[in-house]
Amino acid sequence: MPDHELLWQDLLESKSNDPTNKKLKDVEISFPIVYGTISFWLEYFKAVTILKCRYNSHKWTVYVRSANNEDLSVIVKRVVFQLHPSFQNPTRVVEQPPFELSESGWGEFEIAITLYFHSDVCEKRLDLFHQLKLYPEEEAGPQSTKKPVVVETYDEIVFPEPTEAFFQRVQNHPAANVPRLPPGITLPPPGSIEIVPYEKKRGDTKDHPLSQWFSNFSEADELLKVAAARQQVQAHIAKLRRQLTMIEGMPQQLKALSGPGQQFGHI
Amino acid sequence: MDAKDILGLPKTPFASSQEKKSRPPKEPQRKPDGVSREVYALTGGVGMAPLMPTIEASHLKRRPAAEKEKVRVVNGVPPTGDYQFAKYNKKVDVLKYTDEEYEKYLIDPVVSRSLLIHRARSFDDVSGNPLVKDSYDAAHDTERKRALSALLSQTKQQERKDAETLAEAKRIMESRAASKNVDEAGMPSSSDNAMVPVDGVSPLSSTHPPLTHPNTAANSSIPNSLRTLRVYLRTHALDQMVQAASASAGLRVIKRVDQTLQDLGVNLKPKVPTKAVCVEHLELRNEILTLLNLQKQLQNKEAEVSANRESSFTEAPSTPKRSNRDIDRPFIPDTVGFTGERAGKRDHKRKTTGNRFLDAPPSPPQSKRPRKLKGSD
Repeated sequence: MPDHELLWQDLLESKSNDPTNKKLKDVEISFPIVYGTISFWLEYFKAVTILKCRYNSHKWTVYVRSANNEDLSVIVKRVVFQLHPSFQNPTRVVEQPPFELSESGWGEFEIAITLYFHSDVCEKRLDLFHQLKLYPEEEAGPQSTKKPVVVETYDEIVFPEPTEAFFQRVQNHPAANVPRLPPGITLPPPGSIEIVPYEKKRGDTKDHPLSQWFSNFSEADELLKVAAARQQVQAHIAKLRRQLTMIEGMPQQLKALSGPGQQFGHI
Repeated sequence: MDAKDILGLPKTPFASSQEKKSRPPKEPQRKPDGVSREVYALTGGVGMAPLMPTIEASHLKRRPAAEKEKVRVVNGVPPTGDYQFAKYNKKVDVLKYTDEEYEKYLIDPVVSRSLLIHRARSFDDVSGNPLVKDSYDAAHDTERKRALSALLSQTKQQERKDAETLAEAKRIMESRAASKNVDEAGMPSSSDNAMVPVDGVSPLSSTHPPLTHPNTAANSSIPNSLRTLRVYLRTHALDQMVQAASASAGLRVIKRVDQTLQDLGVNLKPKVPTKAVCVEHLELRNEILTLLNLQKQLQNKEAEVSANRESSFTEAPSTPKRSNRDIDRPFIPDTVGFTGERAGKRDHKRKTTGNRFLDAPPSPPQSKRPRKLKGSD
């Protein structure tokens, strides 16, 4: 095996040796999230008067929210938004839900969003990247101060092999997708685990002032689309298989007479 | 010498315009009504003596007679001869050549280089010339610029990923060296000792035995690199699984899978990548691979058949040749329902395409497809 492959193997193995308390095999907990930006174009008057010193054409908000607008602080300890270096203090830390940040400016750039989790969830951080969009696409019509430019991305944070403590803490939380435990695994009674009351403050985004602009992500639509495509492909596969067997089934000397060779039937 | 000399104007204002003197003297300018005196003064109107005698625009436009000139600078070229700044006139030796000479001798770097060496009295004379010292390698430079622009256009995400991988690789190299040292010292090799905490995880692992579990069947479709992570994004998992599934396929096949997805109106990357959507998406990709594989088989078979036929029959010269496009892209709307009756028409084309597709590695057989993700319920 070449050296670099060995290295890669080690790389993978090194990650599997993480210490934990008891892990749940074959279980994954996931949290559907949406991250993105909503940006409002400011009228010139407002832009100048509100912000006084420099001209900022847009006011925008970058955020990470639960896809169903539940409280993400059940897992997220803090979110760090890394802005363009031209901003004052470009590294912004948000320790409380909702995990969002509003700024004003005129330029589009890539925002790095780093999620840090509570210690029982995961020691590793998770990086998201979002391209701030202020100016609408041509086809979306002219810029308007009424309708913001919204760009959102759906994704799911997956925690493979969660610890038992974490599983118990979030298994009934509305922001989480928690599977049923595989047969044969029983958890100790919850009393033995100290449950940290992260939910004591309201951190959901259901009544968020921008919620009317949140996009709707429909899993059903997506599934339907893929299912339709699969059907088409499967039908085509069947057709090709028939053609193949037809050709294979033909004896050599008859090939010119029947099947696809009909137009060459000189005999 | 003053500005007038440089501009080539006569010393005394209006001296050259004798005819103007015969003009009746201008009526003294009067302050228009409604303009305050101070404001009018700013316009230079109230008989204030100008700092410099005004020159009318008509005078600037007129060229004074040439014989009156003493020193004149035209277009910044200084006069030659006895002129007090003549010592600053520097000459630069510029090699002159016509376009023909350039094309003949200088276009090809190799030729111009050898020409230079040939013309020189000795090689030492030209050894310092950049043409001789570093010959220009166009291919190398193109590649260099491409690499540079790739590096500069990297997103933060890629940069961070690269940095992470490199850092981890370094750690492993170190840990490997460490474990080697342990081996050499004749101590029982223990991977615990060699283990270095990864990504800031506290090194509690030394109390645990190394946990290298065999893959469980349920998770085998999730790439190793993710299964061992503590947290990842669903889209990353999908990306890796797509990559794994098409690992054995050629680049061309991968491109055709993407093309087929687009023809089918399916997003290359799902917009709502839930687990179920990802599973379906992967299945679809695998089915497309199967489809392309079958197409190839069929094309090869048909090529075989037509080769057989051509050995026994003379070829009909007027056989229509059909574009191969519709075969490569079966889901373009109007060709969705193509069936066997077209097969015969394609025979001549098939000869070449059959070979073309033999070059590409075959797409993975069905058995290689990753097993379905275990349902989360």
